[in-house]
Amino acid sequence: MNLLLCSLFREKKRRRVVELTEKMVVDGGSGRTCEWDGRWNHIKKFLERSGPFTHPDFEPSTESLQFMLETCKILVIGAGGLGCELLKDLALSGFRNIHVVDMDTIDVSNLNRQFLFRPTDVGRPKANVAADFVNNRIPGCCVVPHFKKIQDIDETFYRQFHIIVCGLDSIVARRWMNGMLLSLLVFEDGVLDPSSIIPLIDGGTEGFKGNARVILPGMTACIDCTLELYPPQINFPMCTIASMPRLPEHCIEYVRMLLWPKETPFGDGVVLDGDDPEHIQWVYQRSLERAADFNITGVTYRLTQGVVKRIIPAVASTNAVIAGKSAYIPLNNYMVFNDVDGLYTYTFEAERKENCSACSQVPLDLHFSPSSKLQEMLDHLTESASLQMKSPALTATVEGKNKTLYLQSVASIEQRTRPNLSKTLKELGLSDGQELAVADATTPQTMLFRLCFTS
Amino acid sequence: MAATKASKEQKYDRQLRLWGDHGQESLESAHVCLINATATGTEILKNLVLPGIGAFTIVDGHTVSGEDVGNNFFLSNNSIGKNRAQAATELLQELNSDVSGNFVEESPNKLLDNNPEFFNRFTIVIGVQLPESTCLRLDSVLWSASVPFLVCKSYGLIGYMRLVVQEHSVIESHPDNALEDLRLNQPFAELKNHIQSYDLDSMDKKDHSHTPWIIIVAKHLERWLSEHNLQPPKNYKEKEAFRQFIREGIRKKENGVPEDEENFEEAIKNVNTALNPTKIPSTVEDLFNSEECNDVTSQTPSFWVMLRAVKEFALNEGNGSLPVRGTIPDMIADSQKFINLQNVYREKAMQDAAAVSKHVECLLQSIGKVGYSTYIANRRCRCLGKNSSFLRVVRCRSLAEEYSVDTVNKDEITSSMDNPDSEMVFYLMLRSVDRFYQQHSRYPGVYNYQVEDDISKLKLCVNSLLQEYSLNVNIKDDYIHEFCRYGAAEPHTVAAFLGGSAAQEAIKIISHQFVPFNNTFIYNAMSQTSATLQL
Repeated sequence: MNLLLCSLFREKKRRRVVELTEKMVVDGGSGRTCEWDGRWNHIKKFLERSGPFTHPDFEPSTESLQFMLETCKILVIGAGGLGCELLKDLALSGFRNIHVVDMDTIDVSNLNRQFLFRPTDVGRPKANVAADFVNNRIPGCCVVPHFKKIQDIDETFYRQFHIIVCGLDSIVARRWMNGMLLSLLVFEDGVLDPSSIIPLIDGGTEGFKGNARVILPGMTACIDCTLELYPPQINFPMCTIASMPRLPEHCIEYVRMLLWPKETPFGDGVVLDGDDPEHIQWVYQRSLERAADFNITGVTYRLTQGVVKRIIPAVASTNAVIAGKSAYIPLNNYMVFNDVDGLYTYTFEAERKENCSACSQVPLDLHFSPSSKLQEMLDHLTESASLQMKSPALTATVEGKNKTLYLQSVASIEQRTRPNLSKTLKELGLSDGQELAVADATTPQTMLFRLCFTS
Repeated sequence: MAATKASKEQKYDRQLRLWGDHGQESLESAHVCLINATATGTEILKNLVLPGIGAFTIVDGHTVSGEDVGNNFFLSNNSIGKNRAQAATELLQELNSDVSGNFVEESPNKLLDNNPEFFNRFTIVIGVQLPESTCLRLDSVLWSASVPFLVCKSYGLIGYMRLVVQEHSVIESHPDNALEDLRLNQPFAELKNHIQSYDLDSMDKKDHSHTPWIIIVAKHLERWLSEHNLQPPKNYKEKEAFRQFIREGIRKKENGVPEDEENFEEAIKNVNTALNPTKIPSTVEDLFNSEECNDVTSQTPSFWVMLRAVKEFALNEGNGSLPVRGTIPDMIADSQKFINLQNVYREKAMQDAAAVSKHVECLLQSIGKVGYSTYIANRRCRCLGKNSSFLRVVRCRSLAEEYSVDTVNKDEITSSMDNPDSEMVFYLMLRSVDRFYQQHSRYPGVYNYQVEDDISKLKLCVNSLLQEYSLNVNIKDDYIHEFCRYGAAEPHTVAAFLGGSAAQEAIKIISHQFVPFNNTFIYNAMSQTSATLQL
């Protein structure tokens, strides 16, 4: 794997250096020097000296530092716990052309670990503040911020980077990024063009645990190949919440899911905002009442907030560790870390899944009887461990025309297509072997499935 | 004042969920000493300042060089030539106004010469990129003063941490996968009575399918015991039979098809958990058998007094078992049945904790600490009871013992080196490199022209090290070459990894929550692997 990585770099480097040289001829070149003696001493020892454990293709040279400083372009996704650490690590490792994308603004609860932010920054966009801080602290570094959702940026943006490093806090977003890089792959006569591969390094943390992995889209295991590794989200059954609570969490979910929509305490259509202390206080009080009805103890303000916002505990140290691992490309591609009891690390090679829904390039079969209802197909797409879609939209070509079978995200279309859910596949005019197109938040591209009727 | 407390709660919210308010209090009372504000040092300190330690003091006699600024986020190029302790303190301080930062512009050796008691005031001392000789001096002083000492090094692509602490007790170890404490093999009286109050056969359909699985297993176990000579299911075959036995308890519809009784399915799934015998873990038994536990005097630290009290409980009220933990996992049941069952365990736990508390009182009386009724508060006894299976004591021996020819851990070193590429080789290389420094007053390969020549010089150091300790191991030339290649470089990513790891270990020491490593941790950034060695 490292072999390819190196030649990938070489190729991109060669092309980019050529571009740059051409540009300089036109511009007359510009020099922004802010160097001082010894600045890169620590790094040079690795770039300019050969060693017994380096890759056979590695050639020590003074050009590598130049490449990193001037040419290499890295994208950091997320400017939160991992993102702040990553920006620092990359900048101090000699990378200057860094872009960072984050759609969030700074919250007080970020300050215990997202060290590029200060109390006066609360409310400002993370990407912007992070970029400013790093650019000021590290002369010559040029971090370009993008205060946007990753889904709102198109492929021409992503295509320009040599490496993409993710510090995201949602699986949906990871899968989207994964899908985006897969969509950039170029195949010539069925053979993958290596220069179209953009390596993706993905890290995640939770309390004292974390993991980091390297993905070469099209070559190694992708996010979806190992979807089953991600722990399922805890969702309590509705009957427990509605009529048989046992834990304080059940009481809080009751207020959040049933009481709030019923009583609309802050006005019609006002959605529960986990960041609004008044909202949380209301939920907390009502949860206490609910708990008292059933003799349940343990409802606290902190627990209420944790449940409503699905808070994941976080500390600076774990983020520092995972970012530190992520910034250095390893041999095996998946590493886990846990420092609850002593320190534990484990590294292994995640394998590609043959029939991965994202990267296997083969349309997946869906097996249903013609008398199955569309709702069943929808349930399969959302509940199957290997697909785990969020709210899939299904379309198919029926009698030569493109037909939306069901779509949730646009209210008017949802209403119009809702009756289809209780119709059978046969009634909807679907035939054996036909293609179904499915769009979902978990992927930027439409996924193709093949419908196979069972008897 | 109230405003600051509320805003602190908000700021620290994500970490309070891990170590609680009491953990945070211990952090805020801590004063951490960092020796050497290199990249590794400032990264460690950053991860302690952000969560809000009370204070830090940086001890560093070096002046900032261009090279220092290149890999350190907390030094800027306009501090080149200034004292490194002062420069780093400024930029670390501004991370968190709750923390008070101090610096001493002095080398640790000078301090040890002029004022060896300087270090006694700290909660923990963290020494970074220190040569062996300085580490040994600090080790001696800190060991006598019972101040925990954490030694850290980033050397090329290798990270190293060594914890030195005479005795570190942990009540709240927060184990990842703790076994439940259900007592089904020896139900206490109140639990027995509660189980007795159920008559599965006479229940209506709704009650039957909403009875907690603990009750279901208990009922079936009762019958099984009476039919199997009071022997619980032991092996796989018997447990399978027991599962089937429970399955037969599922009610059937008129047509013979079994009802959908999820609580019974839960019972079947949890048979292994339910049949776990109640016993005192060997870790706790060992603690019960130790001298400190059995020889309680007025000098005995509170942890051992509490441990002795738990032992007394186990020998008396506990009938050979530890205090009941008092928690049960969530399970399918109606609210009332679940809460009632949960309360049975909870009340028993409180009873047991009160009994432990009484033993604590007696012990304190016997050693003349009567007036110290708040010395070990009741709340702590409840915490103690809840965590009695998870009590841990970590002892990390001194550097003097590690380095002495008489007490070196030869076995650990030679057995690890059966695999010549194990992380142990990096430990030996770090020791060798220190030897090189002692001899040549520099590290190998710092300048390009030195690299090749230093390989043979370093090899001599390696051999002298192995000889001195009579270690019959082979160190491949490749590692010697690699360590010359490193030229004592401190790449930021390795410093950052170590910064996170070391800070968390320091937090464990300060808060007495979670279990620290024992006693040497090696990180190999080349392969992204690590190992913990006991040296």
